[in-house]
Amino acid sequence: MISFSPTEEQKMIVNTVKQFATDVMRKKYRECDEAGEIPADIINAAWELGLVISCIPEEHGGAGWDHSALTGALLAEELAWGDLSMAMHILAPSLAILPIVEAGTAEQKKKYLPTLCGAKFSTATAAFIEPRYNFDPTEFGTTARKSGGYTLNGEKCYVPLAADAGFILVYAGEGGSNQCFIVDKGTKGLEIGEREKNMGIKALATYELTLKNCKVPAENRLGGSAGCDCKRLANLSRVALAAMAVGVARGSFEFSRDYAKERYAFGEPIAARQAIAFMLADMAIEVDAARLLNWEAAWKLDKKEDATREACLAKMYADNMAMLVTDYGVQVMGGHGYVRDNPVELWFRNGRGFTAFTGMAIV
Amino acid sequence: MIDFELSAEDKAKVEEAHNIAQTLFRPVSRYYDEHEHEEPQELIDTMWNLRGKGFLTGLGVVGALMVEELCWGDAGLYLASPGPGLGGAAVFAAGTQEQWGRFLARFNQGKPKWGAMAMTEPGAGSDTAAIQATAVHDGDYWVLNGEKIFVTMGHRALDLSEGIIVVWATVDKSAGRAGMKSFVVEAGTPGMKVEKLEKKLGIKASDTVTVTFNDCRIPFNNILGKAEVKTKTEGFKGAMATFDVTRPLVAAQALGVTRAALDMLKDELDKQGVKIRYDVPRSKQTALERDFMEMEANWRAAHLLVMRAMWQLQGGTPNALEASMAKAKAGRAATLITQRAVELMGPLGYSRKLLFEKFMRDAKINDIFEGTGQINTLVVARRVLDYTRDQLK
Ligand SMILES: Cc1cc2nc3c(=O)[nH]c(=O)nc-3n(C[C@H](O)[C@H](O)[C@H](O)COP(=O)(O)OP(=O)(O)OC[C@H]3O[C@@H](n4cnc5c(N)ncnc54)[C@H](O)[C@@H]3O)c2cc1C
Ligand SMILES: Cc1cc2nc3c(=O)[nH]c(=O)nc-3n(C[C@H](O)[C@H](O)[C@H](O)COP(=O)(O)OP(=O)(O)OC[C@H]3O[C@@H](n4cnc5c(N)ncnc54)[C@H](O)[C@@H]3O)c2cc1C
Repeated sequence: MISFSPTEEQKMIVNTVKQFATDVMRKKYRECDEAGEIPADIINAAWELGLVISCIPEEHGGAGWDHSALTGALLAEELAWGDLSMAMHILAPSLAILPIVEAGTAEQKKKYLPTLCGAKFSTATAAFIEPRYNFDPTEFGTTARKSGGYTLNGEKCYVPLAADAGFILVYAGEGGSNQCFIVDKGTKGLEIGEREKNMGIKALATYELTLKNCKVPAENRLGGSAGCDCKRLANLSRVALAAMAVGVARGSFEFSRDYAKERYAFGEPIAARQAIAFMLADMAIEVDAARLLNWEAAWKLDKKEDATREACLAKMYADNMAMLVTDYGVQVMGGHGYVRDNPVELWFRNGRGFTAFTGMAIV
Repeated sequence: MIDFELSAEDKAKVEEAHNIAQTLFRPVSRYYDEHEHEEPQELIDTMWNLRGKGFLTGLGVVGALMVEELCWGDAGLYLASPGPGLGGAAVFAAGTQEQWGRFLARFNQGKPKWGAMAMTEPGAGSDTAAIQATAVHDGDYWVLNGEKIFVTMGHRALDLSEGIIVVWATVDKSAGRAGMKSFVVEAGTPGMKVEKLEKKLGIKASDTVTVTFNDCRIPFNNILGKAEVKTKTEGFKGAMATFDVTRPLVAAQALGVTRAALDMLKDELDKQGVKIRYDVPRSKQTALERDFMEMEANWRAAHLLVMRAMWQLQGGTPNALEASMAKAKAGRAATLITQRAVELMGPLGYSRKLLFEKFMRDAKINDIFEGTGQINTLVVARRVLDYTRDQLK
């Protein structure tokens, strides 16, 4: 039966996250962007909501809930509405959790999942993108060569929280197929570079990685000899990021809409002019359009069907939408949108990032 | 639970509609485009018989999906299919049970009939409050005077069948919108005349006419809604409530034509051995792949907006905002996508051998009728800003 209504349980999760985003994230996001870091108490408060470990089986320390990409999309939108850097930081452990829960061997689950279920936030992460303009998620430049265990070589970038991660999932090409390898902190040949400096997501610590003849044991291949379905993991990631794009864009729409009603020019609110009002209408339509496309992709992933087409379309659409809408947010506010007293310039910088962001969230 | 799966029963209905579109509409699509105003008699009879068996008599999500399928076949022929149409929708939304019986029962019996709706006038299109047609109360009658233009299926409703037309007129010009009321006029009523059959850019299988009213007398109880003029805009709300249904449905028409263009484009590319690779990065995509993906995503996004508006409607949730969002998005998407399809196919796109150029002509109307793109954007803007029509003109 066609329906656009989330379940009661999903509504509850969304409300909890929305409350947190409003009360906590929205109070501090500007300071964090300027300082380039997020206070531990915010991250730990989010940790207590239990969002990222809920899909870990109880025997390994989680809540044992079924994973749902759709629920993930709903909560990722709310978190990103609060702040994108914080959302990516809070959700970073899921970059390791979900792939291991979905594809890991029994030993991998047992060894790694409990390390992420402590009383306080602790993280692992994933290294997906590579620092070149023509990065291709269907054909990683990073390679894994079988030699007893595996030898990894290559460069990665935009790896969230790499310096603090207990282990890192490294995506690499192995012969003709794409696979994922668990690299423990401190493994020889794994070099974590300087913290990256980007136009946006300034409060999120991301790093470049270099893998130089980095050797991992054979049992660290995700999924063991069966391997993992990197295509599905990439699609889950697309849906998570598209949901975040929707959250960022919605924030910009709401803020500039409210401003446009208060701001007077030529004797009336600027919102009373079609030139402004039509931008706001388009923002509202495009935010909803992107969200619905993404829900459909997430829904298909939850049915465990191949959703490559849907996820790619949803991500592409959301990337473009986020750029357009966050640009309009600045435009509606004129000079006041350009200064850092107001948030829309921050969302504009974050919004531009989505075409580059791949594999940086998975929920 | 958020769900995009149709029930087996609904799926079968949509498949039936697709089958009709493919076997009945598509084969004669080009013919009736090139023979404007010729009667597609066989198709009319078949559609009327199907109607008798309950085909496309329900609305809601599945109704919109069926409309999309039929317009995938041919949008003009869909509009030309017999049935109560927009007039029927207005009677259904604002009429009494007695009126449903008197005006709608005919669409389930006898020979094929059509319903039409007349709001637009030479001097009043988007600005519906500016209509000049009048209705004067005279004993047991209303007397109608005025000129209506661009009436879809007016010729077949009034000249070729025992159909009905719903006419908007003012009972009190000084009252503005509050004075606007709608009236049902039956085919053959003296004083009503079909004057002009328009020649159009597209949807040529549907007729579009001018209807004039000269002291046209109709029974008093042919008014839809109440006769009194209130200070509020109550009378006009009837028209607005109809839009909640008709806007997503027209959007569904737009999406049918759009998907037809996308499907044909995919087929033609297939023949050339070109496959769309969805998951390659920007740097490796061809311009054609990028265009195609943007077109497909836009079509699908509009499609989902339409489904949402219809889902709200069938659940009794107010949907005026979402209905206009769907219509604004679908009208624009249809226009851009069908034009781009012509462009991408080069000489094949522009040629009348294939249907790309026809899809482009047929699609354009959807950004015009049932509220132009601008008018629907205006409705969305007012709603998101919580502005009245005086605060945002
Ligand atoms: C970095 C920076 C440097 C600057 N330097 C200078 C300087 O050296 N000297 C100086 O004097 N000023 C300067 N300005 C100010 C700048 O010229 C104004 O910001 C600009 O004119 C817009 O005015 P506003 O910011 O008040 O926006 P508003 O006038 O409030 O406009 C807000 C939005 O409403 C739209 N809008 C307003 N009226 C209408 C209308 N009638 N119809 C349709 N849309 C409308 C605008 O296009 C805009 O999108 C500077 C601004 C910045 C950000
Ligand atoms: C084939 C066809 C079938 C039709 N069928 C029917 C039918 O069955 N019944 C019926 O009643 N009508 C019907 N119409 C009429 C249709 O609804 C009108 O054409 C439409 O509402 C636009 O009105 P208009 O043509 O007078 O354009 P105008 O209202 O003159 O608009 C011209 C342009 O100005 C823009 N505009 C107008 N007002 C504003 C504003 N406030 N802000 C910004 N932009 C604005 C419009 O968007 C448009 O781009 C049909 C039309 C066609 C072409």
